[in-house]
Amino acid sequence: MICLGIEGTAHTIGIGIVEKEGDNCKILANVFHMYKPDKGGIHPRESANHHTKYFPKILEESIEKSNIHIKEIDLIAFSIGPGLGPCLRTTATAGRTLSLLLKKPIVGVNHCISHLEIGRALTKCSDPVLLYVSGGNTQVIAFMDGKYRVFGETLDIGIGNCLDKFGREVGIKFPAGPEIERIALRGKKYIQLPYSVKGMDVSFSGILTASLLLTKKEDIEDICYSLQETCFCMLAEVAERAMAHTEKEEILLGGGVACNKRLQEIVKIMAEERKAKFFCPPDEFLVDNGAMIAWTGLIMKESGMEMSIDETKVRQNYRTDEVDVKWR
Amino acid sequence: MEMIKKGAEAEIYITEWKGRKIVIKRRIKKGYRIKELDEKIREQRTKKEALLMMSARKAGMSVPIIYDLHINNKEIFMQYIDGERIKDVIDGMEEEMQRKICEEIGKSIASLHKNGIIHGDITTSNMIWMNDRLYFIDFGLGMKSRENEDRGVDLHLLMEAFKAAHKNKNLFKWVFEAYKKNFEESKEVIKKVDEIARRGRYMRGVA
Ligand SMILES: Nc1ncnc2c1ncn2[C@@H]1O[C@H](COP(=O)(O)OP(=O)(O)O)[C@@H](O)[C@H]1O
Ligand SMILES: [Mg+2]
Repeated sequence: MICLGIEGTAHTIGIGIVEKEGDNCKILANVFHMYKPDKGGIHPRESANHHTKYFPKILEESIEKSNIHIKEIDLIAFSIGPGLGPCLRTTATAGRTLSLLLKKPIVGVNHCISHLEIGRALTKCSDPVLLYVSGGNTQVIAFMDGKYRVFGETLDIGIGNCLDKFGREVGIKFPAGPEIERIALRGKKYIQLPYSVKGMDVSFSGILTASLLLTKKEDIEDICYSLQETCFCMLAEVAERAMAHTEKEEILLGGGVACNKRLQEIVKIMAEERKAKFFCPPDEFLVDNGAMIAWTGLIMKESGMEMSIDETKVRQNYRTDEVDVKWR
Repeated sequence: MEMIKKGAEAEIYITEWKGRKIVIKRRIKKGYRIKELDEKIREQRTKKEALLMMSARKAGMSVPIIYDLHINNKEIFMQYIDGERIKDVIDGMEEEMQRKICEEIGKSIASLHKNGIIHGDITTSNMIWMNDRLYFIDFGLGMKSRENEDRGVDLHLLMEAFKAAHKNKNLFKWVFEAYKKNFEESKEVIKKVDEIARRGRYMRGVA
């Protein structure tokens, strides 16, 4: 079965075309484009406009790359939530249109869970704890008692958000994560920042404020280094607690911030020290992408899930534990 | 020294010290943290846990006596509570005894909160029953606070822990009733518990 999946919950519009043969996940195409505001953070309306503008181009490109005819598509999947209202509605409209035009069934996919499912499919881990780190989302998710559950999360802003906001104040363009990572490599001195872990939850706003205060008197290299070390260790710690608690022995990374090599290294060491296994898919499947939506759509459909057009209303606050996980 | 438990953060040993049988709780090094950060975190948590236990004791609660702190090794030397963990024994008890213990739990949490202490990890595996007294251990995630939000999180966690580990629904009801009876500000806290439950987060079951 072949599925075309559309991702568009926040700043990225993406289309993935994925074929499922047995348990095998074959990526035929994975094309995306990211909205980068000139200044300031993401504006939902403008991001939605961006998605509308780029959708036709990305659709064409993905079909071309996949080497299939559009009529060979068996299923349409789209990101139904959680996310920014205008972006979600734009994406859902595109999905519904394709479904009606091609006369193919449609499923709405939970964005957070699709990060976990594509990771499972591509890295061949079976029952991991997912550390999901992106701009707006920072969660520790695992499967328990028939559902995906959030064991820990940020109590204020997402880790990506924290990095972006810091970047904006010191003149680094959005998304600031990659540039901060490069600058941090030159950092030598660790400067104390508030380390904020509460049980299995984290918070970043205090660290952000403290780092910004440092810019007056410390080198930017050392601040970036200290900011990364502090935030990433907090993330590794809550992930470890969730692993201990759920007694799971696999840790999987997901989300755009997981492209950061230092974060990968920290989480990998954490896993090794507790004799657990570390998994991380390639970057193009860590960031928001259509392939993860397509793949999750396929496993949902295979487990008997399908939606009528009426049921495809977007869910801005779609919670991870609300998802009916029929496929596991 | 005999290791009796290894958790995500600490190892627990039983040993002899000045002629007594004691427990040593040692916070272990994390290789994923740079050294400066790792040292600082383990040191702060060791101190904080000892301080919270001492202030709980001052407030009249039953907690292990702190004998010594070895900050270099991130160790707390404390009284060995030679009893039974509530988690392991409560399900098999007579109802009358269960009720007595649950009321004791509610009353103790009320005094913790009254004295500005948040335990941070109240589950039945962090309570020990010895000589007809209820002891609280494991204050590593605790803090000083008089905020109803923090108190609510504390109680909500306990509620989830009871749900996950103990079948008898009455147990938590008794805890709650005793908490209410022994704490004037409990109404506000209970409101918070409902609010936290509605946020729908899955909290820890049995830690
Ligand atoms: N003072 C003590 N007396 C007796 N047993 C203890 C004591 N402290 C800890 N333990 C035992 O060790 C276990 C783990 O200790 P705890 O402080 O709860 O650490 P953790 O953070 O790993 O849960 C407890 O569940 C209990 O069985
Ligand atoms: Mg404990």
